[in-house]
Amino acid sequence: MTELWIVLGVAAAASAAIKATGPVLVGGRELPPRALGVIALLAPALLTALVVTGTLGGDDGITLDARMAGLGACAAGLALRAPLLLCVVLAAAVTGGVRALG
Amino acid sequence: MSDRLDPIRRAASGGQPGPGADARERFRAGMRAGMAFVIPTLAIGISFGVLARSLGWGLAAPIAASAFVYSASAQFAVASVLGAGGSGVAAIVAAVLANARFLPMGLAIAPALRGGRLRRALEGQASVDTSWALANRGDGRFDREGLIGATIPQYVAWLVGTVIGVVGSEAIGDPEALGLDALFPAFFLALLVSEVDTPRARVVVVLAAALALALLPWAPPGVPVVAACVTALLGLRVTR
Repeated sequence: MTELWIVLGVAAAASAAIKATGPVLVGGRELPPRALGVIALLAPALLTALVVTGTLGGDDGITLDARMAGLGACAAGLALRAPLLLCVVLAAAVTGGVRALG
Repeated sequence: MSDRLDPIRRAASGGQPGPGADARERFRAGMRAGMAFVIPTLAIGISFGVLARSLGWGLAAPIAASAFVYSASAQFAVASVLGAGGSGVAAIVAAVLANARFLPMGLAIAPALRGGRLRRALEGQASVDTSWALANRGDGRFDREGLIGATIPQYVAWLVGTVIGVVGSEAIGDPEALGLDALFPAFFLALLVSEVDTPRARVVVVLAAALALALLPWAPPGVPVVAACVTALLGLRVTR
C-alpha cells in the first residue's frame, strides 16, 4: 500500500513537471513560423495516434475486438454530422452490445 | 472545417483579439466546449475507479490519483503495470511515457500563457488532450482562456466519476461489458474530425496512423503516441 502511494506521488509530480516544462522554457515569446507550422500539425498527429492505440491497443500488441465496431459506429455518426455526444455514446453502446453477443 | 467543435475558435474570431470582455467570452466558450466531454469523461473516470478498486487500491488512493495525476492515460498505465505484478519503478516509467506527449503539447501552448514562470507552469497544468485540441486555433496558436475554461468541467467530471467508480464498483460491474473502453478513442476521433482540414493534415493523419500501428505490437505503451508526433515535422515546410 505504501508503494502504491509513492508510485502515485512520483507519477503526479512527473506529470506536473512534464506539463510545466514547455510553458516555463518558452512562455510569452512568439514562436517562429516554422515552429507554428509544426505545432499546427501536432494535433492531427497526436489525435490519430490516440485513436489508433485506444482502439487497437491491448496487453499483447494489436488487439482486434469489439472496440472496432464501436469506433466504426462513431465514425458513421460523425460522417452523418450527428451530435458529438451521441457519436461517443454510440461507440460505447455498440462495443458493449457486440461483447454481449459474442 | 467542422463547426460544432469550434465554439472557441468562433468566439475568438468574432471579437477583437484583446483582453477584457472578449477573454471572458472565450473562457465561457471553452467551458461550453468542455461540457460536451463531461459525460464521456465521467464514464472513463468511473471505469478507472472500478479498475483501481478491483486491484485493491482502497478508496482514497484512486481518488487522490485522479485529483493529482489527472491523466487517464498515465493512471491506466500505472494500474495496468501494477495490476500485472510489475514493479513500482516500471509503473512510474509507464506513466511518464504515457504522458510524454505533454512535452511537445506544452511547448505548443507556451506562447499563449501569461505571467512569470511559476504562473505559466501552473496554467500549463490545464493542458489535457481534449482541451488542448479545442483551444488549438489551427494556425499553431492557442487560446489560453479557452484551454482553461474547457478543462474545468472535465476535471470535475473526472474526479466525480472516479468517486462513483470506487464507491459503486460492486454495483457497476465490468466497465468493459458496457463498452466504456471505447469512449476514449471515440472522443479523440470526434476531435480529430475538426483537425483534418488541409491536405497536409490528411498526410499527417495517414503517416501518424501507420507509425502508431507499426510500433504498437512491440513498443511500451505511450511510445507509439510520442513517435507519431514526429510526423508533425512535415510542418517545417512553411509554404502552403
